[in-house]
Amino acid sequence: MSPNLSVGSSPSAHSPLIQSARARWTVRIIGITAAVATALTVWLGLWVTPPDVSQGDLVRLVYIHPGVAWVALYLAFGLAAVASLLYLWPRTRSLFWDRLAAAAVEVGVVFNVCTLISGSIWGKPTWGVWWAWDARLTSTAVLLVLFLGYLALRRVPAEPDVRAKRSAYVALFAAVDVPIVHFSVLWWRTLHQGATVLNPDLSPTIHGSMAWTLLLGFVSLTLVFVWMLLVRYRIGVLEDWLGSRELDVALVERRAEGTPVDRSRTGVDPSHGEPGADGRLDDGVDVGRPVVPEGAR
Amino acid sequence: MWRDAALVAGKDLRIEARSRVGLSQVAPFGIVALVLFAFALGPDRSLMARGAPGLFWVAVLFCTVLAIQRSVSVESADGARDALRLSGMDPAGQFLGKAAAVAAQLVVLEVVLGMGVVLLYGAKIEVAWLIVVSSLLGTVGLAATGTLYGALSAGLRVRETLLPFLLLPIAAPILLAGTRIWQAAMVGGVPADGTQWLRLLVVFDAVYVAIGVVVYGPIQESA
Repeated sequence: MSPNLSVGSSPSAHSPLIQSARARWTVRIIGITAAVATALTVWLGLWVTPPDVSQGDLVRLVYIHPGVAWVALYLAFGLAAVASLLYLWPRTRSLFWDRLAAAAVEVGVVFNVCTLISGSIWGKPTWGVWWAWDARLTSTAVLLVLFLGYLALRRVPAEPDVRAKRSAYVALFAAVDVPIVHFSVLWWRTLHQGATVLNPDLSPTIHGSMAWTLLLGFVSLTLVFVWMLLVRYRIGVLEDWLGSRELDVALVERRAEGTPVDRSRTGVDPSHGEPGADGRLDDGVDVGRPVVPEGAR
Repeated sequence: MWRDAALVAGKDLRIEARSRVGLSQVAPFGIVALVLFAFALGPDRSLMARGAPGLFWVAVLFCTVLAIQRSVSVESADGARDALRLSGMDPAGQFLGKAAAVAAQLVVLEVVLGMGVVLLYGAKIEVAWLIVVSSLLGTVGLAATGTLYGALSAGLRVRETLLPFLLLPIAAPILLAGTRIWQAAMVGGVPADGTQWLRLLVVFDAVYVAIGVVVYGPIQESA
């Protein structure tokens, strides 16, 4: 059993990300850098760069949209797929990879929705429609639905390692599906109505400040993703800890009902009620693993 | 593995033959879906004939969800799933058997729905072999992915709602490919691109059958 699986008494027992002050500072610094880089991108994108010859001010969306799409479609989903695979691989099995995959998918969904929204905002004045059944749009939407299915499965209460395994399989099945969806949607468009006209060449000739802003957009959004990922991961660790703690507390309360002496005690007494790493209480009552609401599975 | 597959498939089909759930509920549901599609499109037969390939595959997809639910619920009663796990049969064989049983039911269903499309929508089949091959390939893919997700969601209380949500997006390429091939095989379709889509179906089938053979055992352990 990996150390992450144990029922610890404090969240710091779960992860160095919670424990070490240096890790906390690293997260904080990444967050601050991301905020500064994003502010810089906004400033460059809205004030410094000139409007485009043909697209006017609309071109400013280009500083954001490709970066968001890159994070959502490649970074987040790729990371989730790799982390899920590493979880399923017996030698690297650890709840770390499970939580990382979950965090990546959740942040990825946010970025995916932002991709679709920013694309729609750009598409309405340019193409005249909010949504076109373009190959890229369609596969992005399918990807979003696959992401959402993964998250829906994760919300089903279960023991952490059962949930982790189940989610990892679903992520894997979805990841395998992505290239197939990509090609089928591509052919669907191109074979159906000939070459699509809705595929604008976004960067034929961009120079100077525009190119730099575009690049900065990628960097800042990647930083935002990394920061959100780390924060979400930490929340995941704390959630699991809270779930196991609530169960411990409930157990102690329930046991106190039987003994008339100490009814007021609701907290977990470390000398008595704390389950050890093997999920057993001091007096040998098997409490099993944490976070399994009755009838949830 | 093959013997176990035949045993499991035979068991599921025997249950099906005796309970007739597929025949009395799933197939009529498919017909109802076809009628509802017609209501949605209006009484224009040429429009229906053009939409027939897509509507056929959408109906098949919905029926697949029902067939998979049925295939899973057969195991959930009386601790049958645990008994199957304890039986010592090869998990890969179990997967192939369950998928084969679902596929067999789907083939019957597709024949019914295909006749429905031809009779109700006035669709004309020009290239019969393309229809048959694409339907068989699509069926294999649907049965394989469905059985996988069915096993994953087997122990869950929210199975009924979660399964379609997980399964249908994954099966989107089958819908696209099946529809395009049927269009190519029917009047007014796009000819010549049928074989490319057939290759896509073959890849889809190969990938998910292979995954199922490898992963079905571990899924059973964890669910």
